[in-house]
Amino acid sequence: MSTTDPSLMKPAPLVTADTRAFWDACAEGALTFQRCAACGHVQFPPRPFCTECRAAGPGTERSAGLGTIHSFTIVHRAPTAAFKADTPYVLALVDFDEGFRLMVNLRGGPPSDARIGLRVRVLFEPLAGGGALPQVRPLVE
Amino acid sequence: MTPVISGAADTAVGRLDGSGCMALHAEAASAALADAGLRADEVDGVLCAYSLAEPHLMLSSVFNEYFGIAPSYSAAVQAGGATACALVMQAAALVRAGICRNVLAVCADNRLTGLGRSGAVAALAEVGHPQFERPYGMSIPAAYALVARRCMHERGVTAEHLAAISVTQRGHARRHPKAQARDPLTMEQALSARMIADPLRLFDCCLVSDGGAALVISAADAAADHTDRTVSILGYGQMNTHEHAFAMPSLTDFGCRQSAAQAFAMAGLTPADIDVAEIYDSFTITLLAELESIGFFPKGEAGPAILDGALELDGVLPCNTHGGLLSYGHSGAAGGMFHIVEAVRQLRGEAEARQVAGAETAFVHGDGGILSAHCSLILGRA
Repeated sequence: MSTTDPSLMKPAPLVTADTRAFWDACAEGALTFQRCAACGHVQFPPRPFCTECRAAGPGTERSAGLGTIHSFTIVHRAPTAAFKADTPYVLALVDFDEGFRLMVNLRGGPPSDARIGLRVRVLFEPLAGGGALPQVRPLVE
Repeated sequence: MTPVISGAADTAVGRLDGSGCMALHAEAASAALADAGLRADEVDGVLCAYSLAEPHLMLSSVFNEYFGIAPSYSAAVQAGGATACALVMQAAALVRAGICRNVLAVCADNRLTGLGRSGAVAALAEVGHPQFERPYGMSIPAAYALVARRCMHERGVTAEHLAAISVTQRGHARRHPKAQARDPLTMEQALSARMIADPLRLFDCCLVSDGGAALVISAADAAADHTDRTVSILGYGQMNTHEHAFAMPSLTDFGCRQSAAQAFAMAGLTPADIDVAEIYDSFTITLLAELESIGFFPKGEAGPAILDGALELDGVLPCNTHGGLLSYGHSGAAGGMFHIVEAVRQLRGEAEARQVAGAETAFVHGDGGILSAHCSLILGRA
């Protein structure tokens, strides 16, 4: 199997005008989110207005990158051939401390380490075509 | 004008070698029109869904051309598993508004032979967010497994509660001669089947099928000229809270709460008044979570009740009496329509070996996306 087989290429994030700054920050090792200056609402993913009060231009802030697993699954049956070699892998929803949620994979240990409530820290995995994908690993204090 | 369901039909379901998406649409449509006693040229409204195997931007127009009809109103609706119920709600609104007299709602897809099981799994995974889900290898079972894990954590749901759903519904499917999965299924088999997305195992996941189904929704006076087997549309409601898994406002409580509340208020009924329920079961956890959100069982009590036989034909809430998506079949939007067709048959007393005695009211629910789009119907014996 050649790694250039297109069916084995993992889908890269399809960056849009709304999210280019977010992905640029990831490439620099920074996880960002938005906070509305008018009402304080925290939101993710980025967009040019506040989903709570509709004010324009919510501000971008840098996350400390610390969060807690809200739920997780261990994937045994990959959605496509590109993820087959990774099984079993952990897919998790992580609530970051600033108040936004990301779907990520849990790295840095066996899948059996995953549990609801586990404290995690963001890490950035290089993407094949450039840039980086935010992931998490268990937080070791 | 009061809308009623005047016709209901479905095709064979399962692996239908040589089937085509449009041919399945036409077969289901012809059978539903025959059931309603209508000619095709008496249809003045057509509502279609979508197809993964033969996608088209304007599926209702493609169907009209293929079927050889020219309705004055036509549209395709895409709300995932909520589509079939949404078609009935929209058709009822068209009839009430006096825009249409006879609306044909038709759904079909040949997912199993047209895409294959792996192809269907891959195509469905594309509903994941193109930036914040798909790069992580999210599958649809994985998204529902996130819900299942959280329900286990917060509500005490167990693997046995989930397995009891698939075993109960398999028992119902075994009474339906057309069901796709009719082999006996035991708790032990369900609990030891291969893991798909922990904690969901093989029998926690719905089937991939070819098949189609259709309904005719008519003005009551128009239907009265052709059939005496109509079913009343007592209530309906919708709620849409999000689309993607990472944007779910809650992993244990869903928009079916509000959509069902609207439907019950319109019908002037409560969950205790329902004789038979046909509720979307893309996964076992889908059904269990919805039973609690809708209010058929208090939080944390659906699982133990199911283990105790609550969803059996003689239980407190006979549910998915055809076997559901888990055992009857799931061919796209038609999967949700199989639930409605089954409700119609139960209310007409035509459900044969799986008939719920004295069924006069039926609750039907569809959900699309990751428990995102919800539509509830309450139907009644005319």
